[in-house]
Amino acid sequence: MSSDVPAVVEGDATEIKAVPVRRPGRWLAAAVVAVLVANAVWSLATNDRLQWGIVGDFLFDGRIIDGLVKTLELTVIAMVVGVVLGVLLAVMRLSSNPLVAGASAFYIWLFRGTPLLVQILAWNFIASIYPRITLGVPFGGPEIVGGDANALITTFVAASLALALNEGAYMAEIVRAGILSVDEGQSEAAQALGMTRAQTMRRIVLPQAMRVIVPPTGNETIAMLKTTSLVSVIALPELLYAAQLIYSVNYKQIPLLIVVMIWYLLFTTILSIGQYYIERRFGRGHARELPLTPWQRLRRSLTIQRGRPALPLAQRNTGGGFGA
Amino acid sequence: MSDQHTTAPATDGPMVLAEGVRKRFGLVEVLKGITLEVGRGEVVCLLGPSGSGKSTFLRCINHLERINGGRLAVDGQLVGYREQGGKLHELREKEVVRRRAEIGMVFQRFNLFPHRTALENIAEAPVLVRGLPRREASTRAQALLDRVGLGDRGDAYPAQLSGGQQQRVAIARALAMEPKLMLFDEPTSALDPELVGDVLDVMRDLARDGMTMVVVTHEIGFAREVADTVVFMDDGVVVESGPPAAVLDAPQHERTKAFLSKVL
Repeated sequence: MSSDVPAVVEGDATEIKAVPVRRPGRWLAAAVVAVLVANAVWSLATNDRLQWGIVGDFLFDGRIIDGLVKTLELTVIAMVVGVVLGVLLAVMRLSSNPLVAGASAFYIWLFRGTPLLVQILAWNFIASIYPRITLGVPFGGPEIVGGDANALITTFVAASLALALNEGAYMAEIVRAGILSVDEGQSEAAQALGMTRAQTMRRIVLPQAMRVIVPPTGNETIAMLKTTSLVSVIALPELLYAAQLIYSVNYKQIPLLIVVMIWYLLFTTILSIGQYYIERRFGRGHARELPLTPWQRLRRSLTIQRGRPALPLAQRNTGGGFGA
Repeated sequence: MSDQHTTAPATDGPMVLAEGVRKRFGLVEVLKGITLEVGRGEVVCLLGPSGSGKSTFLRCINHLERINGGRLAVDGQLVGYREQGGKLHELREKEVVRRRAEIGMVFQRFNLFPHRTALENIAEAPVLVRGLPRREASTRAQALLDRVGLGDRGDAYPAQLSGGQQQRVAIARALAMEPKLMLFDEPTSALDPELVGDVLDVMRDLARDGMTMVVVTHEIGFAREVADTVVFMDDGVVVESGPPAAVLDAPQHERTKAFLSKVL
């Protein structure tokens, strides 16, 4: 939006004051949009069948809040495991060892190629094919630790596994794209300085790949928050299933679904804001000047309106911290 | 420059010794038997048309490329191999990396780390590779920035520096490892003409301080002034070499004459 900012004039040069071009089309379009929005709000606000009172009653209901906590837990677990797995799979896929690269490609093929809903159900029924889960010598040798699958794989564990392992496959492709986006000259320069391949990857390539990896990872996280609602099919009381349990008794489906939507929207909004600041941080050193945070933009437009020239951007943004 | 990391004690032999070095990319032979010697403290400029194998040869010296034939040694040690009982053994990454750390390299396109400031670019490898404490590395990095005339730009990210400034930071970054040999791969080819001078000045100072340098360049003036030996390469072989006055002003071979008539 920097084009809105008038040029700061120095010395005795006078600023151009011209009559702006009239744009009646813009005013018309704005009026149409305003009327449509107002109408939509009015119809929602005055429709008694939406039962806003009940929405209010259940918004902070204990069962809903418990479900929300489960949803957030699943999102965090799935994304943390998914990202770690994704980095591992991406590095494996880029390995020059064909077996290692092939194993990674197979994993991605399998987990991207089958529906997540099916994977969730399959993990839930895992006990039927592996009644005991053990860690021990391969090919049926003596076991070191083990336990009953039904006891180990609770619905929460099944849901976490399904979401995390599926996410790992998608994250692997995102991380791989990020690694490949870093100029080869960077690895060469690092190696010419005597860094090992591992050091080069960790200190030089991955930090730069982050700029490409972070935006889609933010999208994945936001998508994951909503995708967790799929695990309602294995009767895990996350946000959606918690609401379903309530409306299966009181038949207030729409008000409870609105409650669910409000919570999802709130958290996707929070995640979007977080994503903005994280992207800004990893953009460091790439653009000559970091984009302004919304807060800085507001302050800037206020200062300019009062007629004072704004500080040069570079002066504010050195250090590249987390914002205003 | 004292360097406790230098593995072999300095010998009297040449810094770089190449005998019949060959390099293939697929079916294309890029180096067809390069033989040349770079003495200690000597500045050698490699000239030649593009595609003649100059850059490839330079990259072989610090093992960024693996040679397919011949012998190539730096400071008396084979590059990438160890000779034992008449057999060549490939070096482990740890050893390759240790030898590479003693050879500085400057690239045509600078290859500074864009996510690190100028100072951090210089201090990174000494900390990571040599285990220097970060504070000491920063102090040394600052001294190197002063030396290349950019003492006040330590906090700038590469994108905030001009090409000439970036290349000088890249030279400082290579010097931070206290190399015994510096390789320059067309260090001024990506620069605007008015920025070339600053970079060449830094290189000239370096040569004066006795650094052993191998420079791939198109700057004939620089070669004439600074080089002890000029090597003219074409089509993967050394066509002729000798003091600048001999090669540049009285070339013996037709190919050298043809090339010089185009660039001079």
